[in-house]
Amino acid sequence: MRDRERLLAPVPVLVALATLAVVTRAVLSLPRSAEGLYGPVAEAAARAGISNRVTAVLLDFRGYDTLLEIAVLMLATVAVLSLREDPRQLYRRLSERATPVLAALTRILVPLAFVVSVHLVWIGSSQPGGAFQAAAVLGATGILLSLSGYARPQWVGRTAMRSILAVGLLTFIGIAVLAMVAGGALLEYPEGTRKTLMLVIESLLTLSIGASLASLFLSSASGDSERDGR
Amino acid sequence: MSTTVLYPLLGAALFALGVWGLLARKHLIHKVIAANFLGSGVFLVLIGLAGRTAGADPDPVPLAMVLTGIVVTVALTALALALIKRYYSATGLDTLEPAEEAEQ
Repeated sequence: MRDRERLLAPVPVLVALATLAVVTRAVLSLPRSAEGLYGPVAEAAARAGISNRVTAVLLDFRGYDTLLEIAVLMLATVAVLSLREDPRQLYRRLSERATPVLAALTRILVPLAFVVSVHLVWIGSSQPGGAFQAAAVLGATGILLSLSGYARPQWVGRTAMRSILAVGLLTFIGIAVLAMVAGGALLEYPEGTRKTLMLVIESLLTLSIGASLASLFLSSASGDSERDGR
Repeated sequence: MSTTVLYPLLGAALFALGVWGLLARKHLIHKVIAANFLGSGVFLVLIGLAGRTAGADPDPVPLAMVLTGIVVTVALTALALALIKRYYSATGLDTLEPAEEAEQ
């Protein structure tokens, strides 16, 4: 057993060096200057009236990628929620109490972060921003709230939380299918409704992704009481 | 050396480091970190190659792919960590080796 281990010891280094050689060679063999899809995307984005080209690619030209990506994120969330040690709690408080400074900071930061998040969705069609960036801010806000001892409000029940998690993906699928019913292909938004539909999808996606990022963290993190062994 | 060459080369190095980590490290958390290195390497290659449009804005398609990839990486990492946590609380092990071998 020990001999076998000693024999196999250099294998990872060799595989890694071979990988490095192949990828380096591949990268260096590419042309130094390439337009890629810049031209066609810029043209199509201008026609669609969406000046942020990355947003246009994400939600329109390669909508499939984004749709499936949200599905992956939702699947992971469902899996992580099912793996919880204590399935009664959808969200656990990470801390029993916050110090006065942290509590005051949280009260200032949370509304600010919420405004930033809405702003990021709104400007997403023309400037850097969009659902994912906004959702990252929203998810971090949820984690901050939990770290500073704020619990999920009583009126937000399990069903409400799960609906928030699901609404983004369901709306996205719904609009994709409706576009097909309206005469186009799947995900082919009818002309003239593009910007509105994308804003609707982005807003709801932000809520869902934010909730899912927060729950991915909170459902597997250990709180105060667990760490103290109480 | 321009960033369109430097970033992909750094990305290749990160990728190789990730491959080494996945194979050589036994601790499961180390493997998750290695997988993240691997992913970041791919992102760095894509970001670097997106900038090859001489003078113009970068090619938006690789950028969108990276943005998608980051979210998938987050999902992968969270799921892996949750599985490792359950595995640890069920077996007390942090590697996939049988217990008597891990102690040696």
